[in-house]
Amino acid sequence: MQGPILILAEHLRGDIASLTFEMLGIGRKLADDMKVPLHSVIFGKDVAPLASQLGVSDSVFVLNHPQLDMPSSEVVAALLKTLFEQKNVSLVLIGGTNVSTGIGPKLSFRLNLPFVNFCRNIRVKDGLVSFTSQLFGGKILSDVRLQENRGVVSVYPGSFPIDAGKSDRKPSIEMLDLPLEETKVIFKKYLEPEAGDIDITKQDVLVSVGRGIANADNIALVNELADALGGALCASRPVIDQGWLPLSRQVGKSGMTVKPKLYLSLGVSGAPEHVEGMKDSGLIVAINTDPNAPIFGISHYGICADLFDIVPTLIEEIKTHKSE
Amino acid sequence: MDIFVFLKMVPDVVEELLIGEDGKSLDTQWLRMKLSDPDEHALEEAVILKEKYGGTVTVVAMEAPEVEEVLFTAIAKGADCAVKLPGDWAGIQAPAIAKLFASYFSLTQHQIGSETLILIGSQAIDDLEGEVAPYLAEILGAHYVGVVTGIRLDEEKKKAIVMKEFAGGLRGEFELPLPAVLGVQAAEKPPRYVPVAKVRSIMKSTRIETVDVSPSEIISGLSVERLFIPEVAGKAKMIEGPPEKVSTQIIEILVECGIIRR
Ligand SMILES: Cc1cc2nc3c(=O)[nH]c(=O)nc-3n(C[C@H](O)[C@H](O)[C@H](O)COP(=O)(O)OP(=O)(O)OC[C@H]3O[C@@H](n4cnc5c(N)ncnc54)[C@H](O)[C@@H]3O)c2cc1C
Repeated sequence: MQGPILILAEHLRGDIASLTFEMLGIGRKLADDMKVPLHSVIFGKDVAPLASQLGVSDSVFVLNHPQLDMPSSEVVAALLKTLFEQKNVSLVLIGGTNVSTGIGPKLSFRLNLPFVNFCRNIRVKDGLVSFTSQLFGGKILSDVRLQENRGVVSVYPGSFPIDAGKSDRKPSIEMLDLPLEETKVIFKKYLEPEAGDIDITKQDVLVSVGRGIANADNIALVNELADALGGALCASRPVIDQGWLPLSRQVGKSGMTVKPKLYLSLGVSGAPEHVEGMKDSGLIVAINTDPNAPIFGISHYGICADLFDIVPTLIEEIKTHKSE
Repeated sequence: MDIFVFLKMVPDVVEELLIGEDGKSLDTQWLRMKLSDPDEHALEEAVILKEKYGGTVTVVAMEAPEVEEVLFTAIAKGADCAVKLPGDWAGIQAPAIAKLFASYFSLTQHQIGSETLILIGSQAIDDLEGEVAPYLAEILGAHYVGVVTGIRLDEEKKKAIVMKEFAGGLRGEFELPLPAVLGVQAAEKPPRYVPVAKVRSIMKSTRIETVDVSPSEIISGLSVERLFIPEVAGKAKMIEGPPEKVSTQIIEILVECGIIRR
């Protein structure tokens, strides 16, 4: 017999994460298809006011506690396990984000149930749920099933529409009183993003560089292009990790989300963690030597070429164009 | 301090990935393996910590093509000891990998205690059943934080103070006692480069240890139905031709979209 679906509502600094609404939307559909209740749960300090936003679920469980300000993954996993057992849950959906890392595997270990990572799609057919996960940075997709539809699923951000997860309906709210597992993993403080450098979220034109740039010496060339276009440079994670550009220039999951008018991407493969941060840009133009690079799947215009062949000419032509 | 780094090889996605005949796994014939990126950062962070606080670094990896080169390189970078776990581990997933790594400690009679720090890449591109670090932490009863981008120790070297990435450049500082398993996303500094000549000479002077771990029976409740290559949405309109022609077309598009003036 199939039990309810439970969604762990993610929030950061007083705001519900948009991924929570994605999960609520797909969770609602799943629950309706399987004719089971949809529950959501929110843990935190002063989170009670947020519960009313989770009206897409049938019931919302709330646990408010000063110790739950950025709780460690073990504390959350322990609470979810209790709830899973008390409410006879079958499936748990958790955000595939940095904030929630570790909760899913820990819960899966404690429940002795499987964990599905990188989930981008969920379907029900004849009472069987199948999940599509992305692997190898989005190069391969994998359809998987869970025994008796039971398990823990990590939902990849940007996979489902947000609107389906929003509603004015008042959910039934249940305040939980559960004991907290003792933890020695203590949250100390937030470290704010480094300021001082330019703010790439405010630029109309961004030239983005990836590993295809090959080395730090080539940054000067692309910088010249950014200058010619009156924009700024940003980059994929490997370029930042190599120290070729400061952290404030990183686009993607753990960097910034940008929506410039023009996103000119050079030697970026278009991994999902990168795309997450730039897919809503006005005009996306990509240069990549690999005709199958995923970046072409989300670009408006693509050039399958060596960036070092194109960029110098492009700089010259822009300069000529401007002086005309 | 005893620092352990667990390394994993993953397919190099620069190469084309093909699906095998069973339709459920990768075609291994043409796969080129490389060290998982975050694991390379975990190793770098381990060497940085050793330089700062002393102690030893042991790197442990499951057998895979090219893994010996990776292990010798780790020694060239500053690891003290390299260990290979022989076996055919193709397709093995995190819950089983964590069991293997945990059995490495029991087989070698390493006591896990307030001197033990275990670093693993936060996440690998083929982690279908989750990340290794939290599973390993559960098995060993160690503390855990993931997506770590910086590690310090307190004065007694009994606690780690770690930076964890959230999003949008925002990070958090956490404190946890050892033993700890940390999922490392990025080292404080880019992974160091070691010249091939140095790796070659290490190969001649050093031995890789092997520890025989027996494959643990893990029956996963997850079954892979099929693997497939996503259809590239094919959204991009491709611009072709020599650089001059391409450049002219790009400029026309930018003018049309009002990004540069006519
Ligand atoms: C928890 C987590 C968070 C992450 N957060 C982020 C994030 O915030 N931002 C981010 O970007 N990534 C992030 N990543 C990493 C992400 O998964 C990818 O590894 C990364 O985006 C790849 O960067 P890339 O495209 O520059 O490199 P690659 O994937 O190596 O791609 C390089 C591309 O350059 C092309 N190329 C090579 N030479 C040339 C040339 N001469 N001319 C033209 N093209 C060329 C190649 O064909 C290839 O497509 C994260 C990963 C994890 C696990």
